[in-house]
This record gives sequence, C-alpha cells and structure tokens, in this order.
Amino acid sequence: MSFHMKNTHARRGLQAAAVSLFALLASVAHADWGGLNMTQGVTILSRKIYSLHMLILWICVALAVVVFGAMIYSLVKFRRSKGAEADRTLVHSTKVEIVWTIIPIFILIGMAVPIAKTLIEIEDMGNVDLNIKVTGYQWKWQYEYLGQNVSFFSTLKRDSNEARELGSGIDPKTIEHYLLDVDNVLVIPAGQKIRFLLTAQDVIHAWWVPAFGMKKDAIPGYVNEIWVQVDADKVGTYRGQCAELCGQDHGFMPIVVEVKSPADFDAWLRAKQAEQKLANVAPNAPSTVASTAPAVAAQ
Amino acid sequence: MAYDTTADHSHDHSHDDHGDHGPAHGWRRWVFATNHKDIGTMYLVFACVMFFVGGFMAMIIRAELFKPGLQLVEPQFFNSMTTMHALIMIFGAVMPAWTGLANWMIPMQVGAPDMALPRLNNFSFWILPFAFTLLLGTLFVPGGSPAGGWTLYPPLSLQSGNAFPMAIFAIHLMGASSILGSINVVVTIMNMRAPGVGLLNMPLFCWSWLITAYLLIATMPVLAGAVTMLLTDHFFGTSFFSASGGGDPVMFQHIFWFFGHPEVYILILPAFGIMSEIIPTFSRKPLFGYDAMVYATAAIAFLSFIVWAHHMFTVGMPLAGQLFFTLSTMMISIPTGVKVFNWTATMWKGSLTFEPPMLFALSFLFLFTIGGFSGLMLAVVPADFQYHDTYFVVAHFHYVLVPGAVFGIMGGVYYWLPKWTGKMYDLKLATWHFWLSTIFVNVLFFPQHFLGLAGMPRRIPDYSTQFADWNMVSSLGGFGFGLSQLLFPYIIWKCIKAGEKIGARAWDGAHGLEWELSSPPPYHSWTEPPSREVIARGVLH
Repeated sequence: MSFHMKNTHARRGLQAAAVSLFALLASVAHADWGGLNMTQGVTILSRKIYSLHMLILWICVALAVVVFGAMIYSLVKFRRSKGAEADRTLVHSTKVEIVWTIIPIFILIGMAVPIAKTLIEIEDMGNVDLNIKVTGYQWKWQYEYLGQNVSFFSTLKRDSNEARELGSGIDPKTIEHYLLDVDNVLVIPAGQKIRFLLTAQDVIHAWWVPAFGMKKDAIPGYVNEIWVQVDADKVGTYRGQCAELCGQDHGFMPIVVEVKSPADFDAWLRAKQAEQKLANVAPNAPSTVASTAPAVAAQ
Repeated sequence: MAYDTTADHSHDHSHDDHGDHGPAHGWRRWVFATNHKDIGTMYLVFACVMFFVGGFMAMIIRAELFKPGLQLVEPQFFNSMTTMHALIMIFGAVMPAWTGLANWMIPMQVGAPDMALPRLNNFSFWILPFAFTLLLGTLFVPGGSPAGGWTLYPPLSLQSGNAFPMAIFAIHLMGASSILGSINVVVTIMNMRAPGVGLLNMPLFCWSWLITAYLLIATMPVLAGAVTMLLTDHFFGTSFFSASGGGDPVMFQHIFWFFGHPEVYILILPAFGIMSEIIPTFSRKPLFGYDAMVYATAAIAFLSFIVWAHHMFTVGMPLAGQLFFTLSTMMISIPTGVKVFNWTATMWKGSLTFEPPMLFALSFLFLFTIGGFSGLMLAVVPADFQYHDTYFVVAHFHYVLVPGAVFGIMGGVYYWLPKWTGKMYDLKLATWHFWLSTIFVNVLFFPQHFLGLAGMPRRIPDYSTQFADWNMVSSLGGFGFGLSQLLFPYIIWKCIKAGEKIGARAWDGAHGLEWELSSPPPYHSWTEPPSREVIARGVLH
C-alpha cells in the first residue's frame, strides 16, 4: 500500500506562503527599516570592497535566477498531478555535467582577478601620513598617536552605560547613539593616509568601523595593520564596534571616529598635546576637554 | 565484500538462541542494547531532546534581542547561551541525529543484519549522556557555563571558571563517541555489504556517511589536541596559546578550524545523502549522475581540509595565504554546484509528488543553496573584512545548518518513519510542520543578512537602536520556528501510537534494499543476504 498526497495541500500551502510573503514585503515598504545593504563607506578601500560585494552579489543573483528557475520550472511542469510521466532513462549526460562544472570555474577565475587586485591595495602600507596605535582592553580602546605624545582611552559613554544595565528602566530609544557613543572620540584628518596598528592587552578584540570598509583583529602579542584614507569631503563622525567576542562587555566597547579637515585636525591635535602635557604635570587635574568635545556632525 | 550469513546464522542458533526472537524487556533492552535499531532510536531520541534544549537557549537569545536594552539576562549569561546553544546543537543534536540515522539505515541499506561492532555501538552511544550531563552541569557551577563562544578562542576561553575543565572533558567524550561511531560505520560499510551491493551502487546515504566517518576520524583528534593544549595552558603552566609565555593565540584558531571546517561538512554531508534518497523517490526517477555525486562528495571532503583559514581572514595573514584560502574556498562551490544541479536534473522530466519528505527536501534545495551563495560571498576576502563576525555570517551558517542539516534530518525521519514503525504518520500535520518551519526559518534568518550588512556584530546581547526593527522580525520568526518544532515529536508520537498500518514499500517511488524488508523491519535486519531478485530490485544500476 502506498501513500501519496493530493497536491491540493501543496497548492494551498504555496498560496499561503505567497500571501504572507507579500504581506511582509508590504509592511517593509511602510516602515523605516534602516539599511538593507552594505554602505559604500567613505574611504578609497571601502568603495572597492563595496563594489566587490555588489559584483559577487549580482553573480549570486544571476546564478540563483538560473538554478531556482530550473527548480521552479521542474516543480511546476513535472508534477504527477499534471500527468507528468517520469523519464527513467534520464540519469546521466556527460555533456551537461561537463558544462555545469566548467562554467563555475570560469566565474571563479573571473572573480579571482579583482579580488587579488583589491587585496594588494589593502596590503599596501606605504606612504603613510599618520600612525595610530589601537590597543584593545576588556572593555575599552586605547588610542596612541605615534610620535605625537597623544594617547587616551575611549570607553562607552555614561548615558548608554547606565541605560544598558539589566532592568535599568531607561528606554534606549531616548539615548542619542545608544551604545555607539564614547567619552573620548578618536579624531583623524580627512584626505590623509592613516595606518592603524592594532594590538590587544588581554584577549582578542577586533576594530571595526563599517564606513571604513575594514575590520581586523587586535590580538595580544601581535601587531596587525590596516590603512584608512577618508575622502577629503567626507568630514563627519563614524561609528563602529568591537567585532570579536571579548567577554561579558563585548557589546559595549564602541568606536567613534571623528573625521576633521586637516587644519581642524591639527588644531585639535595641538590642543590635545597641550592638555596631555598639563595632565602629566598635574596628574590629578580633571580632564575636561574631551568630554566637552564639540557636538559631532551627524553622519 | 561478502560475509557468510549462513554460517553466522547457525552459529547464532547454537549459542545465542533468544537473540533472533526479539529485544530484551525493560531497561535492559536499552542499557545493554547492541541492536542497531535500538541504538539508532536512542541516538535519535537523544538528539531530539538536545534539539529542544539547544532550541530553548536560542529562544532566550532571541527574546533578549527582541528589542534594544537588556530585559532578561546579564551579558555574561547571554554569552553562555550563544556558546552552549552552538555546542549543544552541533554535538548534541545534529551529530547524534546523523549517527542515529546511520545506525538505523546503513545495515538495512547494505543488506547486513546489524552494525559490524555492536558493543562498540552501545559504548559510543552511552558516552553521550555523560558528556552532556557534564556540559549542561556547567550551568550550575560558579562562574557559569563557558561564555567564550563555541570556538573556545584563547585567551578569552581561559578566563572561564570551574566550567572550563568540565566543558573540555565533555568535548573529549563527544569526540571519543564520534570516533567510535565512525569506526563502526566504516567497518560496516566496508565489510558487511551483501553480495551484489558494490561500493559504486550502494545508496548515496551510505556513501555520504562513509566519507563523513573518515572526516570525523581525521579531525576529532585534532580538536581533542587543541582543547587539551587549552587545558594545560590553564592548569599546568604551559603557554601554547599565550603570547606572554612565547605562545601564539592565533595558532589555536588554525588548529581549531582545521577541525572546524571539516566539521561543517560532517554536519551537512549526510544531509546530501538523504536528499539523494528522497528526491529520486518522489521524482520517480533514478538519481541523476550517481557517479558524479559520489566524486563530488569526495571532492568536497578533500577541499574541506584546505580551506580552514577562511574562518579567520581578519587575524592578519600574508597576502598569499589570503589568496590561497579565498580560491580554495570558492572551489568548493564547484562540487557543491554539481550536487545541486544533479538534484535539479533528477526532478527534470520526473513525475513529482509533494509528500512531507519531499517538501523538506525541496526546502533544503532552495534554502541550502541560498546559504551556499552567501558562503560564496564570504569567500571574497576583501568583502569578508566587512562580513566577518557580523550577523551576515550568522545568517549564512544558520541557512546551511537549519534548512540544511536540520531539514535534512527531518526529511530523513519523515521518509523512513513509516519503515521504522510500520505505520504512516499524519501527512497533513507533517505538511503543516513543513510550511510553518519553512516560512518561519526565513523570517528568522533572512533579516539577519540585512543586520549584518548594516553593521551589527554577532555575539552581542544588546544593540544600538538602528538594528531594532529587523531584530524584532527575526525574534518573531524565531519564536514561531521554535513553537512549530513541537509538532515534530507530536507527529512521531502519534504515528507510533495510532498510525495507519503500512506495507513494505511506504512510498510508491521508493527504491533500495530497506524497502525490501517488511515494515517494521525484523529485529535483525537481514539475517540472510538479500536474494538475487531482491538485489536486482533494490540496488541501483
């Protein structure tokens, strides 16, 4: 005795799925859902990375159209309920099998070229204008402007830190840049090539600002490097987070980078140098400059 | 290779007469079990229990992420949940489920009376309850469960409290269990095939499991070595992975992923095998390109050993290393593509019907392929610098593991349950289970692609408000998916209690030696090798 189901179940199910999918899409259209895609970012590399992302995405979409198309066609066309008879002789075709093995190989070779080109650029650490050493700690970042006598820690801003406590009763939506704001922001100049040297003191962290296109691990005992060159006209504030699980407060060590014009950056650096010199003379003097830093421009 | 059943048979009769008549009664049947079906059942029940334990942890994760701010659990406990959810789902749910299916099906499919090493079989199962008692016991020790991620990266994992040695010992036990189970599969397939069942005409499920077994035997000792070095770093003053003592934290990642990437295929290859059983049955056509399928599976297994560092592109590798691992990773899409194309070609010019096993297989076909596409994207190193450690990765591996491995298991259970019990389950209810699972799994995981691309890191208990909407959608999908899974044990229970009796060939298109046995099959599957006529009917070619 054999069981096979009437296809009405399947058809009804398909209709239900289509209706719910449509409802979901309709609701998406009416809400502010934030980004669905990677952003282009603001650096030379981030745009290249973005275009590689889009290239491979479209290749996948094209493959999906072909593969899913063939599957859906078979599902519709070769149903027993539509009287389809199985062709039991169709079990092998060397020609077809060679074709669908070769085509992906060509696609992969085609992808390998732009990948290699971009990687070579990413690894090019020459002609750097400014070196900044970034050290990850549980759970904060330390930034050192190498050769500039400027160094400071950057931790989650207090209002976020209070609101994020379990049962704090504070609505995160009332906090500006919830979990993505810090006490001392990292400041860099636009239009200059900056090399970040990444390391960590305790466990592995990862330094990531999505708008800069890159993340890299900060590992105890290692010094990793990435370079960033923000477009000269992309002055503003960019936010990121630690991206490698580093313990209980991994979710609470954000990164905020303020990109200033070179002139503004120089002024900031001089002020910071003076302040730190003062702080070194009088270690107990309260540090106020950073916490009263000018309101940051919206990204 | 043949074995002489006639001799075995008379031998059985002279010494161990009761063995042929059926199982022992009461608890002895299970504790002293040596029968492949009893042990298979225990594996499957164990896996089902662990699926719900791990699933409950996932519900805690999704509940905490339902909206921004911490509402339910402390961050440390949240990290424990993500860590334990992964360990339990991988080692407690998916792997034992595969071993359970292997136990049930391999002897029936190759024409053998039982697995080759029945007492080893008993041992390999009974290790598991102890392993998971230890692992789940960590929830109750000072410092809580391991919270450094299932990947156990040092130095973070070395900060664990009393849970640390317990978790490591549990992993050792799981590894031992897997190795023993794999040895049994290899020996059974190599030595117990009935005359007429050749290597290149045995079912693809046996092939995929044979290859999986070799992967397990090759990689589990590597994991054991890695965690043992962690243990000595923690307790005996070694510095394998401690930079301050001259060690190297990145070396752990290389060793771990040398195990970890083949592990990914350990979780999915048996599902490939099951797809290759289900799709031909409900297309009423033999599998397209059998030989290509075998070679593709072997190629995937080989490649799985040379792609490990794509899990760690951000640790800082030489340019040549990055290029090598990006290319080797992309190469995996070639044999995987061959498999997907062959399944599609199997349906081409078929005569399709859509019973629950086929529905799960189709869901697998579409959704696993989506996971494959995001895998291809992740292989592009520069783009991976953006994707790495974000929800995009979470979406990717859940697409290959949930509609991939888990739907493969469920499809397999729905396919063979009538054979095991001799009864048909409620097809309508199982169809509901399929639709609810398939819709909710997409609501659950598809938005996570968006979250990742928008910049949300993984393994965080709380997030900034820009990620709130998609997280809420994802959580709703998660709750829906979790609840719909309750149907699964209910359908099985109902089938065993009150299913309609069914004949040997439960599905009219089914093909293979297991369908030549009665439903339910005799306690010792093939006490005599299948006859020439049965082989002619039940074996490929």
